[in-house]
Amino acid sequence: MSVFINKDTKVLVQGITGGTAKFHTQQMLEYGTNIVAGVTPKKAGTDVEGVPVFNTVQDAVDETGANASVIYVPAPFAADAIMEAVDAELDLVICITEHIPVLDMVKVKRYMEGKKTRLVGPNCPGVITPDECKIGIMPGYIHKKGHIGVVSRSGTLTYEAVHQLSEEGFGQSTAVGIGGDPVNGTNFIDVLKAFNEDPETHAIMMIGEIGGTAEEEAAEWIKENMTKPVVGFIGGATAPPGKRMGHAGAIISGGKGTAEEKQRIMRECGINVAETPAVMGQTMIETLKENDLLEKSKTH
Amino acid sequence: MNIHEYQAKEIFRKYNVAVPNSKVAFSVDEAVQAAEELGSDVSVVKAQIHAGGRGKAGGVKVAKNLDEVREYADDILGKTLVTHQTGPEGKEVKRLLVEEGCDIQKEYYIGVVLDRATSRVVMMGSEEGGTEIEEVAAETPEKIFKEVIDPVTGLTPFQARRLAFNINIPDELLGKAVKFMLSLYEVFVEKDCSIAEINPLVTTGDGEVLALDAKLNFDDNALFRQKDITEYRDLDEEDGKEIEASKYDLSYIALDGNIGCMVNGAGLAMSTMDIIKYYGGEPANFLDVGGGATAEKVTEAFKIILSDENVKGILVNIFGGIMKCDVIAEGVVEASKQIGLEIPLVVRLEGTNVELGKKILDESGLNITSADSMADGAEKIVSLVK
Repeated sequence: MSVFINKDTKVLVQGITGGTAKFHTQQMLEYGTNIVAGVTPKKAGTDVEGVPVFNTVQDAVDETGANASVIYVPAPFAADAIMEAVDAELDLVICITEHIPVLDMVKVKRYMEGKKTRLVGPNCPGVITPDECKIGIMPGYIHKKGHIGVVSRSGTLTYEAVHQLSEEGFGQSTAVGIGGDPVNGTNFIDVLKAFNEDPETHAIMMIGEIGGTAEEEAAEWIKENMTKPVVGFIGGATAPPGKRMGHAGAIISGGKGTAEEKQRIMRECGINVAETPAVMGQTMIETLKENDLLEKSKTH
Repeated sequence: MNIHEYQAKEIFRKYNVAVPNSKVAFSVDEAVQAAEELGSDVSVVKAQIHAGGRGKAGGVKVAKNLDEVREYADDILGKTLVTHQTGPEGKEVKRLLVEEGCDIQKEYYIGVVLDRATSRVVMMGSEEGGTEIEEVAAETPEKIFKEVIDPVTGLTPFQARRLAFNINIPDELLGKAVKFMLSLYEVFVEKDCSIAEINPLVTTGDGEVLALDAKLNFDDNALFRQKDITEYRDLDEEDGKEIEASKYDLSYIALDGNIGCMVNGAGLAMSTMDIIKYYGGEPANFLDVGGGATAEKVTEAFKIILSDENVKGILVNIFGGIMKCDVIAEGVVEASKQIGLEIPLVVRLEGTNVELGKKILDESGLNITSADSMADGAEKIVSLVK
C-alpha cells in the first residue's frame, strides 16, 4: 500500500517535448513509472522516448486511459495546463513548474472547487512510491520501499530526509513534496490524513519551513487525529526576517510563521522535532524506538 | 519587486485611485519648482526610499512656504535615513516627492494582500490609520476588518461598502471610499501586486478620500507580463550583489557572516544556513541556484559569492533532482579556474548524476574538500575558516 500513486497509476506528461521534461520522462521510465502519454500542442503524432504525444490532455486521456498527470510546462502557461488536466477529470495532477504568478494560482484554486482532481504542487519535486511509481524530479535511487511516510514543503530538503532514512535502513511508503508556494493544491493535512489511513505507513516525517501557518494547522490536526508517531523539522530557523515575507502577509496570519513558533506548537502537539537537518533520520529512529516500531519498520 | 511611493501614485492616477497632487524631484531646485507649480499653501517634502518609517526618521517635512521647501529639500536630499525597515546602515535619499498639503479629518488603513489560508486576495481595513498596522494587529485585532475576494467577481461593491461601514467612513463619503477600494483592487490584480498598502488613507475637510501614502510590492514571478512595472525598478535601492544575481535568475540574499553558501532549493539553502550556525559559523549569504541552472549560471553564482570580501570560505551543498550534479561540478570548476580561487572550498554533492559530478571535481586538480553529508560539510567549512 501507499498513498496517491502506485504501480497501476497511468501517467501522462504535460509539456513532454521540453528539455527538462524529456530528461525526467527518461528518468521516470527507467524507474519503472507507467508513462502512457505526453501532451504538447501541435506535436500530436510524434513520440518522446517511445511515449506517444497528443495535442490536448483530453485526447491523451481518451486514447490511453491516463489517470495522473505531471506538468513541466513553463511558468507563464502552467496555470492553464493545470486547468486543462482538471477539466479532463484526472485523479491526480502534479505540477513541478516553479515561478507561477500567484494570482494565476488563486484562479486555479477557484476553478478546482467542486472538481474531483487532486493537485500536488506547484513548485514541488513530485510524489514517489518507491519501487512502484516515481512522478516528478526526485532522484529515484535514494528511495527505498518501506514504512515511513514523508511529506514536505521543500524539494531538496525532502531528498535530504529520504536519504538519511534510507541510509539508516528505513524505507518509505510514499514521499510527497507539496511545494513551497503560498497557494498550492494538496496541503500537509491532506497528506497526513492519507498516511494515517494507509496500513503500510507506520510513522510520518513532516518537513516544513518558515512562513505561513500550514505547519501549525497540521500540528493541531495531528494532535486531534493522528494515530501514528510524527517527526518534524522546520527549515530556516536562522533566516533573517523579512525579504520574502511581506509584513502585511504576516498580519493575516496573526504575526506567526517563525521557526521558533512552529517548533513550539509542533512539540506541544506531540511531534518530535529534529534540532538540525542532519539529525532528521536519527530523530525518526528514536521516535520509532519509543513507540516500539523500530524492528517492524526497518526494511533490511 | 519594490517601487517608490511616487511611482505607486503614478499608477494610482491611471486607475482613478484618488491621491493628492504631487511631483517628483531629484534636486533641491526641482523640489522648489515642483512646489511652485503645485501652488498649494502648504506642501509636504517626502523622502523617497524603499522603506517605511520615514516620518519618524525625519524624512517627511511640512513646508509653509517656498523657502521652507528649499530648506527641507536641502536637508533631506543626500541624507541617510535609518528607519526600522532599513537596517542600521540606513538608506541614502536620492529622490523627493513634493506633495500639496491637505486638511486631514481622519486617518484610516487599507491593505490588499494574499491570504495563504484561503488562497484568496483579501482587503483589510482599519480606522486606526497612520500607526504601524502590526501594532494594531497585536493590540486591538478586533479593529482590523477583512473582506475575502472571489477572483471570479473581484471585490464587489457590497463588500467595499461593508468594509467602509466597519471602519466608520462617514456616510457622505461612502461613495468615494467604495470607488477608492474597487479601483485599488483593480490595480492589485491587473498589476500583479503582492502587497498594496495605503497607510494612511485620509478623509479631508473638502470631502475627499485620498491615499496619503502608497506602498506597492509586485510578484516577481509575474514581472514577465508587467513590462511597465519593471521600468520603475530603482537599482540604487538594491544590494549590488542581489542585482547581479537577479540577472542570472539566482535567488541571493546578502548576510553578515563569512561562509559563502551555494545550495539548490530554498528549503535546503535555509537549512544549510541553520547547520552552519549550529556548528558555530556564520553564513555570508542565502543562495538558491534553482532548478534549471546551467554551468554558466553556477559560474556567475560563484563570482557573486566571491565578490563579497567578507567571504573566507565556501560551502557548496547540492542535492540534485532537477539540477544535475555534473552541471554544478562543471560550474564550480569553471568558476574556480576563472577567478583563481584561493579560499577553502567544501563541496557536498548528492542526487542526480552524482558520480559524474564527483568525477569532474576529482579530475579538476583543484583543492576541493569533499563532504559526505550536510553535517560533515558544515563542520569542515566552519573549521577551515577559523
